[in-house]
Amino acid sequence: MSIDLKTIKHISKLSRISVDEKRAEKLADDLNSIFEFIEKLNELKTDDVKPLTSIAETTLKFRSDEIKSKNIREQIIKNSPEDNEDYFVVPKVIE
Amino acid sequence: MSDITKQSLTELVENIKKKKLSSTDVTKAFIQRSEKSSELNTYITDDFTSALDKAKKFDQKPNLDLKLPGIPMAVKDLFCTKNVKTTAGSKILNNFVPTYESTVTENIWNEGAILLGKLNCDEFAMGSSNETSHFGNVQNPIDKNLVPGGSSGGSASAVAGQLSPITIGTDTGGSIRQPASFTGIVGLKPTYGSCSRYGIVAFASSLDQAGPMAQNVKDCALLQEVISTYDSKDSTSINFKRNHYSKELTKNIKGKKIGIPKEYRVDGMPKEIEDLWQKGIQYVKDCGAETIDISLPHTSYALPTYYIVAPAEASSNLARYDGVKYGYRAKGENLIDMYEKTRSEGFGAEVQRRIMIGTYVLSSGYYDAYYLKAQKVRKLIKNDFDEAYKKVDAILTPSTPSSAFKIGEKTNDPVSMYLNDIFTVPVNLAGLPGISIPAGHDTKGYPLGLQIIGKAFDEQNILNIAFAMEEKINFKNKITDWWIK
Repeated sequence: MSIDLKTIKHISKLSRISVDEKRAEKLADDLNSIFEFIEKLNELKTDDVKPLTSIAETTLKFRSDEIKSKNIREQIIKNSPEDNEDYFVVPKVIE
Repeated sequence: MSDITKQSLTELVENIKKKKLSSTDVTKAFIQRSEKSSELNTYITDDFTSALDKAKKFDQKPNLDLKLPGIPMAVKDLFCTKNVKTTAGSKILNNFVPTYESTVTENIWNEGAILLGKLNCDEFAMGSSNETSHFGNVQNPIDKNLVPGGSSGGSASAVAGQLSPITIGTDTGGSIRQPASFTGIVGLKPTYGSCSRYGIVAFASSLDQAGPMAQNVKDCALLQEVISTYDSKDSTSINFKRNHYSKELTKNIKGKKIGIPKEYRVDGMPKEIEDLWQKGIQYVKDCGAETIDISLPHTSYALPTYYIVAPAEASSNLARYDGVKYGYRAKGENLIDMYEKTRSEGFGAEVQRRIMIGTYVLSSGYYDAYYLKAQKVRKLIKNDFDEAYKKVDAILTPSTPSSAFKIGEKTNDPVSMYLNDIFTVPVNLAGLPGISIPAGHDTKGYPLGLQIIGKAFDEQNILNIAFAMEEKINFKNKITDWWIK
């Protein structure tokens, strides 16, 4: 299997990371060597194996739906790159 | 007392409790040494002024019943600390000041410890040499231009270099144990679910675990006792009966059965690692334990499995860095353009690489072939351990396949960098506890570590084995202070 530039562009779009031509080529090389290494898993037959989905093997606990943090708007907004006191500001999305 | 920074945590606690030292004396000593150690590049952010204030306050009304009374310590910059910048070693969090505290660090401050600062690490804990940090690489106190390992490289360097008496790191695939091994200190990766993940910058949520790093096993046990608590704020935190690890520590390991897995004898492993392992086997026998040859047949599949599972979880976890709610934002022509430029400029090369791998293995058409396959193999790896633990109480292996390498030596070859974690990764995949203890030196004089892997929730047992071995090994770290100005 080989990951080509077209695939890199596709993954970069899905990942929301812009990548120029030069970086795309380097990424293709890196990912190909990593996937060559990962292909080793195909040596194993796993049709009858149940996938491990939770390492802790405990069921999630329910909690009551209570508000514990009140009046934390200021704290939430505090680290935003751009805000107008009450809202996060982003580039215009509706023309 | 000029040798304060040479003292172990246990000694410092005792001296403070006996009023031979004040918290201010101790805090001042570690700050002074840290200030002379800028060449190691261990700190991303220091909090020295505030630390001294806290120490003075502690001394005015000392509570000597606490487990860490007035003890200063720095922590990995992956733990959110209220009102103190937390970067995860990334440009994208360069200006992030948490408004809340991680549970693990809160536990530490509640027992009387004082924050010295935040320690350098690989970006989002993705790395094995601390070279992926946006804030530059960390020097290993053992020798100039030697990596301290990673991702908790700053933490390892700080303890080995005596800038902090103890510290906490995080371990997703070996990030506590490998740097501990590279710098000649002790590092414990606890059972998954033992320490709360609340407030730790997430990398791979099914693998991440916080743990103590210390100069010796007893200090490590004491810190584990403090940080391991059940926490309802982490849905994977497990409510089990936790030991008083330091109080229950014993060197009596007579009759314990220790497994020696043949699959850890990998191709191309240096002879000195094999020799060290044999010495380790002799040490546990000298302590009255019995060694048994075992097999963990799927060991060689652990790294390929890890490099699917960890990036997949990372790609999902790191989706939150969008330049909107916090962190770095780049200018863009529209919303999508802003996202793409923010993430391209804000993340470093290794993090981008892993997000891309993760996105690819989870993408339509590839999920079954990669992610599902990896989850199945992860099950087989866990089954290997379950089988082994029917016969043995713990497993002894080398911590790493080599000693510390030079800065820049492996940065251009991701796969050779990943191979560093070959002995540590299976432990994370199976959710087990593992401890690395310094056990000898290679021909260059660099430290080498041995790893003891335990059953789930059996931290006390591996701490005991480590404690017994530590006495036999009698390791002395060779620190020359070459970096001190």
